[in-house]
Amino acid sequence: MNAADIPILSIMLAIPVVAAAMCLFVRAELARIIALSATLLNLVLGLLLWLYYDPAGAQWQFTESATVFGPIGWRLGIDGISLSLIMLSVFLMPICIGASWTSIQKRVGEYMAAFLLMETLMIGVFAAQDLLLFYIFFEAGLIPMYLIIGIWGGQDRIYASYKFFLYTLLGSLVMLIAMLWMIQFAGTADIPTLLNTDFPAEAQKWLWFAFFASFAVKMPMWPVHTWLPDAHVQAPTAGSVILAGVLLKMGGYGFLRFSLPMFPEASADFIPLVFGLSMVAVVYTSLVALVQEDMKKLIAYSSVAHMAIVTVGLFTFNQQGIEGAIIVMLSHGLVSGALFLCVGVIYDRLHTREISRYGGLSVNMPKYALLFMLFTMASVGLPGTSGFVGEFLSLAGAYKVSTWATFIATTGIILGAGYMLYLYRRIAFGPQINADAAAMSDVNMREMWLLAPIAVVVLWMGVYPETFLAPIRRDVATIVARIERAAPVGDSKLKLVDPTTARYRVVHGPEKDMAEGSH
Amino acid sequence: MELNASLSLVRPEVILSFSALGLLLLAAWREQAGRLISILAVAALVAAAAFVINFMMNGTNLSAFDGLLVNDAFGNFSKILIFIAAAISLMIAPRFLENAGAMRAEYPVLILLSCVGMGVMVSATDLISLYIGLELQSLSAYVLASFVRSDGRSAEAGLKYFVLGALASGMLLFGASLVYGFAGSTSFAAIGAAMDAEVGLGLIFGIVFILSGLAFKISAAPFHMWTPDVYEGAPTPVTAFFASAPKVAAIALTIRIVLEAFGAQILVWQQIIIAVALMSIIIGAVGAIGQQNLKRLMAYSSINNVGFILIGLATATEQGISAMLVYLVIYVAMTLGSFICLMQLKDKDGGYREEFADISGLSKTRPALAAALAIFMFSLAGIPPLFGFWGKLVVFNAAVAAGLLPLAVIGITASVIGAFYYLKVVKVMYFDDAADVIVDSDDKVLVWTGGILAAANSPLGYFAIPALGIWTAYAARALF
Repeated sequence: MNAADIPILSIMLAIPVVAAAMCLFVRAELARIIALSATLLNLVLGLLLWLYYDPAGAQWQFTESATVFGPIGWRLGIDGISLSLIMLSVFLMPICIGASWTSIQKRVGEYMAAFLLMETLMIGVFAAQDLLLFYIFFEAGLIPMYLIIGIWGGQDRIYASYKFFLYTLLGSLVMLIAMLWMIQFAGTADIPTLLNTDFPAEAQKWLWFAFFASFAVKMPMWPVHTWLPDAHVQAPTAGSVILAGVLLKMGGYGFLRFSLPMFPEASADFIPLVFGLSMVAVVYTSLVALVQEDMKKLIAYSSVAHMAIVTVGLFTFNQQGIEGAIIVMLSHGLVSGALFLCVGVIYDRLHTREISRYGGLSVNMPKYALLFMLFTMASVGLPGTSGFVGEFLSLAGAYKVSTWATFIATTGIILGAGYMLYLYRRIAFGPQINADAAAMSDVNMREMWLLAPIAVVVLWMGVYPETFLAPIRRDVATIVARIERAAPVGDSKLKLVDPTTARYRVVHGPEKDMAEGSH
Repeated sequence: MELNASLSLVRPEVILSFSALGLLLLAAWREQAGRLISILAVAALVAAAAFVINFMMNGTNLSAFDGLLVNDAFGNFSKILIFIAAAISLMIAPRFLENAGAMRAEYPVLILLSCVGMGVMVSATDLISLYIGLELQSLSAYVLASFVRSDGRSAEAGLKYFVLGALASGMLLFGASLVYGFAGSTSFAAIGAAMDAEVGLGLIFGIVFILSGLAFKISAAPFHMWTPDVYEGAPTPVTAFFASAPKVAAIALTIRIVLEAFGAQILVWQQIIIAVALMSIIIGAVGAIGQQNLKRLMAYSSINNVGFILIGLATATEQGISAMLVYLVIYVAMTLGSFICLMQLKDKDGGYREEFADISGLSKTRPALAAALAIFMFSLAGIPPLFGFWGKLVVFNAAVAAGLLPLAVIGITASVIGAFYYLKVVKVMYFDDAADVIVDSDDKVLVWTGGILAAANSPLGYFAIPALGIWTAYAARALF
């Protein structure tokens, strides 16, 4: 059997479901092992995907198609963008299982089952090539997450779980109506076909808004971000990791996969709206993060600020901006996940998230302090870490469109440095005022195994981002070529087209001359 | 000969009628034979369903008794669904009624008679046969509601149902008389022909009254007030029956009369249906929020679901009707499953519990039951990947196809309100501390039927989509 004929995506979707079913019926210890093995197996399969993915090959690879569900086509396939996000998901999943190894003691089987189902749904969202299938995966994620927050969450878990569920549900339902309309207009639910369908300009506006309602909530964008701090704070550590690491990326993925290429004119018309909301988000949520007393809440607000950089990058309509946005998504997925894990490490010891209850941890937990610092710096966007690459690219892209938006968004980096360094100082440095915090032991072997792989990838992405840019470059170029006709005229009056990126652009008549003229 | 031909077209109803009478005789001799008679009644339903399936396969489309009834794919599809729902209601009942001291032989007989009435309802093409079918079904239902005589709530439910049902029948008859007066005929086809011309005020009044009476029967807002009381008071297996089979019959009847008799004047009835649909969705959702009794909650849920189903009717397209039938099939599976779960809520003294407080923390003490109920709740809320989502999707798809975008957007947004209380059930079972009052169910029938229906509502149900699509489209085509 040819390697290309193996339905590897379906297998990746099936493994967690089977493992989840098994977890429900076994003892806690066995459930943990099953969950870890299943997620590691999926990680291996993910690596295979990555190895066999051909950046120069067909746009959609590993495609599968079956019609057992009638109008809902079981059509799967990935391009480079999907591949990166699937990799992110399968990479974070074993870490989540590991993070819950000792901290979850009640109803372990159900917990592992919920996480495994979550993994299937995440992979499904990024691999679906059918609009309805995408919607099912996208929306189905609410159920396991609702249970994760509600059963294993903190004090206010019930409020947070309701808020999470109803907020995101309300956002998505209007999108469903828009999807139905699009399917009837185009006569197919096939995403690659829809990507090249030109919807009437008037309809685009409504459709764009319907999709925006869903993705803006998921992203989350200011002012519909309020579910996120609640959900993050109440969720168990691994839940926060998945929420910040992957679920938020679904919003960005949605903008990139649907809003931009399917409604280019409407997207261009609404650039001021997106930029406006993003600018408010960057400044406002950064300031809010500065005054937080709760570690998880602080990181949650910083997520909103980072996601605002993603939306700015996505709506630049140019290669740099969109590539940057994707790298910010990947980087934020890793870094915020790692930061939540860092919080989890000390939360497991002291059972409080209050920043003032810690202090001077670099004395008694030097290894922890080092890792925490690395992720803090990555979150700030220090050169050499993944955060820098993404933020630099997206802001460089944004500069071509709106210098003002770039200016304001860049303040987010300064403010980000403010709140992250302030957080780090209060936790790791200073006098050891709390005796119990000073007595905490350093990270153990298990925690090291969770944090070290992320640290490696964060540095790798910071030092040699080409590994991560290579698979997405061509697909971003395809999107840019598709939306070029609506691309906004920037206010930065650039004279030259950057030759390094122009090389990768899809060739179009006048655009080509311009690119060549700049050499 | 003409009579013979007609009779052969109503064979399912004839079988059910004679079985009901035969079983009544049997009951007269052996009063305690409730279980045996239940089994025989299920057999009669299977036999009747076999004939219906045969008609369906042969593509029969003939009218009987000079146009009083019709044997077509639409009616036959509805009948199959009704008979299945009735058979399940029969299977789940014996142990419950025995516990309540009311497992008498009349229960299966009344269900069979009600099925005869429903068979007539879904194939009626004349106001007279419509009314006869409706009353036969309703009269059986009034008795069933008060079947546990010793329980005050049950007796109250029966009386309430009877009084309000009689009022609705009166409205329906009044409307029918107006329509007859202004259209000159009781036959749907003749009324339809009369409506091709100018529609006078009298006819519109008639239509409004008929639709009001039918809205009562399908428990659509604003004629829904009886539903929570009757659902709460009636014995749970009877409530399960009310929420499934008669609802299918009444909705099928509404579809037929609206399309065949009033079809020509869409503008006259469409706005009524839209208003009723939206009111049902919203009232059903908002009304359920404060409920503490799970059966009352399910009553509001059924009002809510009827609203979604009526959205399909508002489109007046073949696609819309087919979508309604898909939704009805899924709805029957969801609602029967939910009631089967509720019937398993038994404490250690053998009493039945039906309050929110009783299922608190159920997932810790009875994980399988809690999981099944959670599947039904998420499915009723229409959250993918559960099968209930597909029902909502096809209905809204039909609305979008018919250009009713505002209706679709308002309807789907209002479904978020509904999601709130379905989530509450899951929350109480999964997030709250265990109350530990519910013991393991000793009724294997409930466990198995509940399990099978839960599996059907799980993503496994998606495998049924192609077949469901073909058959509902076939059934809907019979009306156009």
